[in-house]
Amino acid sequence: MSADTHSHHDDHHGDHASHGHGTMGQLMIGFALAAILTIIPFYLVMAEVEMSRTALVGIIMGLGAVQIIVHLVFFLHLNTTSEEGSTFMATLLAVIILVIVLAGSLWVMHNMNENMMPMHDMEQMLEEMQSLQSQQG
Amino acid sequence: MSHSQTASVSIADHEVHHDSPTPIGFWIYLMSDCIIFGALFATYAVLGGGFAGGPGPKDLFEPGFVAIETALLLFSSITFGLAMLQADKGKRDGTMMWLVITGLLGAGFIAMELYEFRHLIHIGAGPDRSAFLSSFFALVGTHGLHVTGGIIWLVTLLTQIKAHGLTTANMRRLGTLSMFWHFLDLIWIGVFSFVYLVRLI
Repeated sequence: MSADTHSHHDDHHGDHASHGHGTMGQLMIGFALAAILTIIPFYLVMAEVEMSRTALVGIIMGLGAVQIIVHLVFFLHLNTTSEEGSTFMATLLAVIILVIVLAGSLWVMHNMNENMMPMHDMEQMLEEMQSLQSQQG
Repeated sequence: MSHSQTASVSIADHEVHHDSPTPIGFWIYLMSDCIIFGALFATYAVLGGGFAGGPGPKDLFEPGFVAIETALLLFSSITFGLAMLQADKGKRDGTMMWLVITGLLGAGFIAMELYEFRHLIHIGAGPDRSAFLSSFFALVGTHGLHVTGGIIWLVTLLTQIKAHGLTTANMRRLGTLSMFWHFLDLIWIGVFSFVYLVRLI
């Protein structure tokens, strides 16, 4: 039991010394991955690669998501053990809120646009109302 | 006697586990900041198609220009990482050198962004032109303000380190600013992917 606790302490110290601010290796791996994940989407757009629009959007957004994870792991040193997992839980909560805010906004606004009177019809209706009013006046 | 001893041991034990509450507290701030950016991204997603007869992304955005901005921020993230490694070794001069380089790269990024904003406003594509441009300026401008804040913080910390060295307090501040700086680079990934590149296809 006491040996267990002890080894846990050692782990914790090790964490602080080597992973707290990362190592040169971590930094360079992160840099290489981030550079590759940045160059690919810029190349796809700047070289005007022939591909369907949907595929291009999917690839760019997908690579962006992967690069965000790379930054979290290699630069921000996010892991499931620091602060007894609190850091990771706070991140998960933020991700959940982000998904709700982003997906919710798009869904609600799309739905509203679908149910709105099209601009063209509305302009016609306004014109009719104005001509009616001028006739009455 | 034995009671007080146990108490002091358990306090010491406690302190080993929680050296400082600052990192976790700052992380929670960053996550809330992330949600602010999320709301601005959602606004851009909803309003991004409202051109009001004005210019669209393909008329305004230059992928080459954005690529250089992206490179400046990514390199500044790396140089901050190198500064942290120097600080961990207790090398004050090395830390300060990499921090100065980080600050210059950040300033270069801000200069390019200000140039872009000035250019857009000059050609009549300011934030008042359309819903698309309002949401664009709100999102990218908020990110730029954060980077500007980061540079001010960095300069302040540089004078602190110069005056007092790599003390425990300065190391804590350095670690916190490091999180802030890497976080801003992370947000920029969303900006260059979602605000610029996807709209240029």
